[in-house]
Amino acid sequence: MKFANKKRISVFDVINIVIMICVVIITLYPFLYLTALSMSSEKYVYAGEITFYPKGFTLGTYRVLLKDSDFWISYRNTIIYTVVGTVISLALTVLLAYPLSKKNLKGRGVLLGFILFTMFFSGGLIPTYLLVSRMLQMRNTIWAVIIPGAISTYNVLVTKTFFEGIPDELEEAAAIDGMNTYGILFRIVLPLSKPILATMSLFYAVGIWNNWFGPFIYLDMKELFPVSLYLRNIIAGAQKAREIVGGDVEGFGDIEATIKSASMVVSALPIIMIYPFVQKYFVKGIMIGSLKG
Amino acid sequence: MESRIEAQDATRVVAKAKVGRSKQLWKAIKKDWQLYTLLLLPLVHYFIFRYIPMYGVVIAFRRYQPGGPVYGSEWVGLRYFKMFLRDEGFWRAFRNNIILSVEYLVISFPFPIIFALLLNELKNLTFKKFVQTVSYLPHFISTVIVVGMIKEILSPSIGVVNMILKDLTGRTIDFVSDPRWFRTIYITSGIWQQLGWNSIIYLAALSGINPELYEAARIDGANRFQQMRYVTIPGIMPTVMVLLILNIGSLMAVGFEKILLLYSPLTYETADVISTFLYRMGLTMNNYSYGAAVGLFESLIGVFLLTTANYLSRKFTDSSLW
Repeated sequence: MKFANKKRISVFDVINIVIMICVVIITLYPFLYLTALSMSSEKYVYAGEITFYPKGFTLGTYRVLLKDSDFWISYRNTIIYTVVGTVISLALTVLLAYPLSKKNLKGRGVLLGFILFTMFFSGGLIPTYLLVSRMLQMRNTIWAVIIPGAISTYNVLVTKTFFEGIPDELEEAAAIDGMNTYGILFRIVLPLSKPILATMSLFYAVGIWNNWFGPFIYLDMKELFPVSLYLRNIIAGAQKAREIVGGDVEGFGDIEATIKSASMVVSALPIIMIYPFVQKYFVKGIMIGSLKG
Repeated sequence: MESRIEAQDATRVVAKAKVGRSKQLWKAIKKDWQLYTLLLLPLVHYFIFRYIPMYGVVIAFRRYQPGGPVYGSEWVGLRYFKMFLRDEGFWRAFRNNIILSVEYLVISFPFPIIFALLLNELKNLTFKKFVQTVSYLPHFISTVIVVGMIKEILSPSIGVVNMILKDLTGRTIDFVSDPRWFRTIYITSGIWQQLGWNSIIYLAALSGINPELYEAARIDGANRFQQMRYVTIPGIMPTVMVLLILNIGSLMAVGFEKILLLYSPLTYETADVISTFLYRMGLTMNNYSYGAAVGLFESLIGVFLLTTANYLSRKFTDSSLW
């Protein structure tokens, strides 16, 4: 009786499970559809016959795409921007969050106000653009992509909250042993903060990986484009897709759709592959953030 | 545990009081000096990339000359404000922005709550975990890819939606180029992107509800729906209120990048919002002062909404932003 009570599946449970399965299908369907498009032969794509799975299976589109040197250059650029940018962002975030986590730091209130005010009011697109491209002359450099938005105030606050949770005793003990602030930060605090460092790295890395607008307004040279911008240019205009195919548009039919899909699949792939293993860190980040409010 | 920490705090206070006050202060300054050096680089970053652009809004009141000072030199007062306030294009963007923002908030807001409530009712934890993991995924996909997907799925020549439509009605609709469909596409894809991610906070609130309340409700003979009605929903109501107010605070902030990728001159009629309008005026047409004037106006609306939201929050809930 007790057992039956626990395991009883009601009509509501069944409906609920069906709804959840629908959510899963709707969430995954666009990915499935793109993959199917990218692996189908043009004949079926053009006839509009692709719904769930590839028809006339071929990897030809991927071969064409991977032969495009612009694609490889942009992919390499994205990796460089993401790695360098994440390191810089993480360092700046920690350097700011750690002192601010010290409740008895003189001037803490003023400093917090200084950074919080930027969440409230900003100069906006045009003054920032003029600063980066005219005043600092960062146009067409990697710095225009990774420096202006390097620190997220929200991430600083989350990291600060985490640091505040580390028991003071540990740091005090280290200080008594003669360790200075830098030593305490790097040898005591940071090793204890691996979860938050992982979370922040992922937040920043995904942000940079997906960023296209910064590169779009600050970069003119194709050899500097990240893959997001390469993709944007393909999606925005069919012209680029034709270029990749190499002029022989007739023979390829409506290859643009398959090229577009293939390039989207390839650029989303790293995130989709790593994502299931790291998603718990993202959730942890948002949890720490929400505890604040 | 807590009392132990309190006891430790107390000993520390006593210890501190014993050490001379001036010695303590000197010690604090000496210790803080190193902390301040850590702050140096990030604060310089804030100063350059946040505060200089704030100063840079002066360009909205000045004429920009190529080759001249970056933020202009010749004062023209409210010239550019008068210009955009007389511009029909601005008012169209303003209207579109309000309609899109309000529609998006009203339509999308309940979805993550309902989703979290349903997730919470799942008994199989492995299945629950799986659904959650899948539902967060779209949040991490770049806007470029999301818009690319939208365009492929809705393509009038090969897209799956139009192929089904063609089978059913014999006609196709060029959704992406049709201003009447823009808002639907924007809102639907927004729900798809954020459903799972936005539910996290509600799930956290749900897991914070005291299980004894459910126990008590069960003893009183409440069925599952009554438990939901009288325990679960009141339990997450504070979170719902806070998020609603936060959303009102950032009401006008629409997905600028998504719209920029999704719209075209064909759909400006409904798709052009303040941020895209100022982007075109400022950066495409290089009318920096005009763009900055519109940008300042947008920022001020943002400040006003946030202040109002914070006031509401303080009045109706326990928490406020400041």
